[in-house]
Formats: sequence, structure tokens, C-alpha cells
Amino acid sequence: MNRLNKLFQQKDKNILSVFCTAGFPELNSIVPVLEELQNNGVDLVEIGMPFSDPTADGPVIQYSNTIAINNGMMLKVLFEQLKGIRAKVHIPLVLMGYFNPVLQYGIDHFLQDAHACGIDGIIIPDLPMYEYETLYKEKFEQHDLKNIFLVTPQTAENRIRKIDTLTDAFIYVVSSNAITGGNSNIQQEQENYFQRIQNMQLKNPTLIGFGIRDKQTFNTACQYANGAIIGTAFINVIDKSKNIKLDIQQFIQDVKS
Amino acid sequence: MLKDYVGRPTPLYFAKRLSEHFKTQIYLKREDLCHTGAHKINNTVGQILLAKRLGKTRIIAETGAGQHGVATATVCALMNLPCVVYMGEVDIERQSPNVKRMQMLGAEVRPAKSGSRTLKDATNEAMRDWIANPEDTHYIIGSVVGPHPFPDMVARFQSVISEEIKKQLLEKTGNENPDFVVACVGGGSNAAGAFYHFLEDEKVQLVAVEAAGHGVNSGMSAATTQLGKIGVLHSSKTLFMQTEDGQVVEPHSISAGLDYPGIGPIHANLFDTKRASFLSATDNEALQAVLLLARFEGIIPALESAHAIAVLDRIGAKPNDVVVLNLSGRGDKDLDTYIRELNL
Repeated sequence: MNRLNKLFQQKDKNILSVFCTAGFPELNSIVPVLEELQNNGVDLVEIGMPFSDPTADGPVIQYSNTIAINNGMMLKVLFEQLKGIRAKVHIPLVLMGYFNPVLQYGIDHFLQDAHACGIDGIIIPDLPMYEYETLYKEKFEQHDLKNIFLVTPQTAENRIRKIDTLTDAFIYVVSSNAITGGNSNIQQEQENYFQRIQNMQLKNPTLIGFGIRDKQTFNTACQYANGAIIGTAFINVIDKSKNIKLDIQQFIQDVKS
Repeated sequence: MLKDYVGRPTPLYFAKRLSEHFKTQIYLKREDLCHTGAHKINNTVGQILLAKRLGKTRIIAETGAGQHGVATATVCALMNLPCVVYMGEVDIERQSPNVKRMQMLGAEVRPAKSGSRTLKDATNEAMRDWIANPEDTHYIIGSVVGPHPFPDMVARFQSVISEEIKKQLLEKTGNENPDFVVACVGGGSNAAGAFYHFLEDEKVQLVAVEAAGHGVNSGMSAATTQLGKIGVLHSSKTLFMQTEDGQVVEPHSISAGLDYPGIGPIHANLFDTKRASFLSATDNEALQAVLLLARFEGIIPALESAHAIAVLDRIGAKPNDVVVLNLSGRGDKDLDTYIRELNL
């Protein structure tokens, strides 16, 4: 069974997902970071595939992408690094990034290599639903890779319903009309939107992301979804960290406490 | 509005001395005479009416050379809507008169500080703004790029250029179709407008001119059809300059308006189907073409439009052929560059 399905079968609340850009802060950082996240009880990890023009991301994740690209990170290198990861890391792993690097790598090649490394799902914010359904869905399914869609406060209800039929892992609920890295508190308007999604009783579990950065925002999000995703705040933790192991431990424990 | 505010129809002018020089019959479509100095306003007038209709109360735009930013700031002033224009830091430096113009018109110019700090990055920032403000804001994209329906919509708003060329040419020559239509291409809005009503008529040769920068193979170029391959950026699948790994390559052109790593999907299709031929002109060739037009016709063109002039001896036009060149903008905004590069 796909590790994502297994996770959501075993656990239906307070799921903590962390996003980390591959190749940041060092070219070889991702494998030790994955191990450390697993050791500290993180439920799933989204591995960022860096892109030169991350239009849905704020300055912090942009910066991590730039550093990673300058470090020499590319899909070929990432798959090389992830070979054998399943001997050490057993939590679900998802690749997240923009479509162009995947397209250049070759969709078939990409799905094969991702599956061979033990990747469970893919998030590509700029791959629209129609293109996915008509061109790629079959291929993703052949490789047992779950495609995860994002919904925002602007997504129409019938589109959310359609998304719910196109995937069977989880739905990524973008917390507000914003790019990543927001640092305002969760507003009543957002809670109304989370409530609206919750009331739709989707067949897929949901995780809330964008602007989730600490214990408080994590807990609020968990009231309305099966869990939440932390990205920018984690990038800040490992940026220029003198002791990555210790800093990760402290950060995750703070969030989960 | 197009008639009384923009000043349409713009003249189609027979350039006699230029024609003698290039030994063919050259007509200039004078988009440089539009209000605000370029064709860009054809699109912003259309989109601001759309924004009003949609009930939007805030406008954002990206700009390279600043012409689209000025055209957007202009219609926002006219419609009393707040306007934010994103512009690469590098472009803010090299097009400072346009920055001041936008500010005089009441727009806020926000610098794009990431990446190459040019048009691509300004587009990224505008998209991020729109993601954050989808309810009250309309994003007026300036070229035939970006998510659907922008490439189509912008091409339609600009198609007034070729609509007028047909009528004017019929009056002047008795034939509404020229042998050649020549236009510069960055994202490709003026070329899309100049080609639009000729697309179906295969006898009309369409010539798109890209910016070669320091030379196509110099590593400092913006000639997308020569250097690019199919990719996805800014929600369009089209030709982009990129690394093998799919990272977008930073383009170079002396002209800020052509400094974009891709071309609109309509042009990628024209290239692919060979309906248009794609040539390129270097920074230096464009600068020489500026002087040529100034001395022969008393018209100082924008650097972008000068790229189209620079290839006139290479399109294969015969003495009796009719060539329409879309003079997309005027050179006022480039005066600093001209003073520096031409040692004036």
C-alpha cells in the first residue's frame, strides 16, 4: 500500500508535514534532514525540487531555491541522493516543485525514477487539473504516485469536488490568498473557509499549508484538517544553522508540544 | 476611446528615403504616435474596461521597458483606479524616464529584486501579488504571455494594428495585403497585433525579429527561437530559454522590452509551423538602425522597434514588394541609452 494511504489510515489528526528544499543549505543536506525529521516524529516530508521562478513562493523559499540551484541541485542529482533512502526513512515522501524541470527531465523518466526511490506522491502547483487528467493521470497511477492538488479560498466548490475524485492521497488546502511564508495570525475569514472545506466532507483527507509556522498556527489548522504543513519556517531554521540536528529537534518539538 | 484618447487610427506612412535605401517599398505603421508612445495602450484600454466591468478596484502590471507600465498607469489615472507596477531593478535604472512618468500618473513602481531583475522577475512579482489579492485586483498583462486567456486577449486587443493596416494599405496601394509584415518580438504583443489579420493569408510573409543581444551564441542574448525549447513558465507552454535541467536562463538585450526569456505561445506556433520567419538583430545593429531611421526619416524609434528596422536588408524584399514595418514605439524613453551608447 502507498505510504500516504497507510499514514492517513493510521492517523487522522495532528499530522505534521514539513517541506524542505532539496540541495539547501548544502548540496547534500536532504538525506540527513529527512532522517532527522523522521527521528523527531514528523509524519511526512515534502521534498522541494528547486526552480528558478517559483511564482507561488515568498522570498524565503525563493532564496532556498536559488541557493540549491547554485549548489548544483537538479533532478538527476536529487534522484541519485535519494537512492537507498528507503533503507533509512520509512515515512511518506512527496516531491514538490514546478512543472518545467519535470517536463525537461521527461515525465515518464521522472515518474520511473521517483517510484524507484520510494517516493509516494507529487505536488506540482502549476500543473492544472485538466492537463493532469488528460495527459498524465494514467502514468502517475501506473507508478503508484499520488498527485496532490492545491485548493485555495478562490477554488470553486465544483472544482474541489472534481479534485476530490482525481486523487486518493490528500488535498493540500492553501490557508489563504497568499504566497508561502506569510506571518499573520489565522483570521476568522480563514477559519470560515477551513470550516467550509471541512463541511464538504471530502473523501480525501486534508492538510493545511502556507503561513503555518509554529505551535499556535499548527494547532489552529489541525482543528479544521487532518494536519498541517510547515515550509518557510523550517527553511529559516536550517538556514545558517550551526547544529542542524539540534535545531530541527528543538523546532519540531516546539511545534508538537 | 481608441479614437479620441489613444489617437487611432495611427498613420501608415510611406518611408520614401528608407525605401530607396533598402530598395523596396517600406511603409511604417506609426504605433509610436499612440498616446504614451507605443502600441501598449491598445491593450491597456481594453483591459481597464474589462476590469471595470468585473468590478475590480485595484490594478497591477509588470513592465520591462516601462511602456506597458506607463500605458497601464495612464488608463488607471483615467479611470481613477489605484495602480501598482512591478519593474525589474535593472530596468528601473535603464528606463528611468518611464519610472518618473508612471509616478507622475499616480502609480506605485515596485522594484523586482529577484533573479535577473528584469521583465521575467517583474512578471513573477506581479503574479505573486495577484495570488495574494485575487478578489479586488485585475492583473493587466502587457504581452501575449501568461495564463489563458491573456495571450489570446492581448493579441485581440492589439489586432487593431493589422485591421488598420489592411484598410490603409488598400487606400494607398489598391491592395490590402503587403508582401511582408515585419515586427520585433519580446513576448510578442506588437507582432501579434501586426500579424493578426494576415495570419490566414499565406502570401503575406510574416517576419518576427528577436533580440540577439551581444550575438545569438554569445551567452548574452534573448533570441528565444534560436536558443529556447518547449517549456512551461508563467502558466504558458511555449518556447523558453532554459538550462538542460529546466531552469530559466536569464536573457540579455540592450532593449528592456525584448529582455524576456520566452515568446508568447502564438509565436511559438508561428515558428513551429514556419508561418513566420524569425530573424534577430544584435544590440549594435539595433543602435545603428535607430540612427538610420532618425537620419533618413526624422523619426527616433524605440530600441525595441529598431530591431525590426535592422533586418530590413535581410528579409529578401524585391524592389516592388510592399513591406509594412510595425514601428511599435518611440525613442524618448531610450534617450539615456542613446546618449551613452552612440557617444552623442
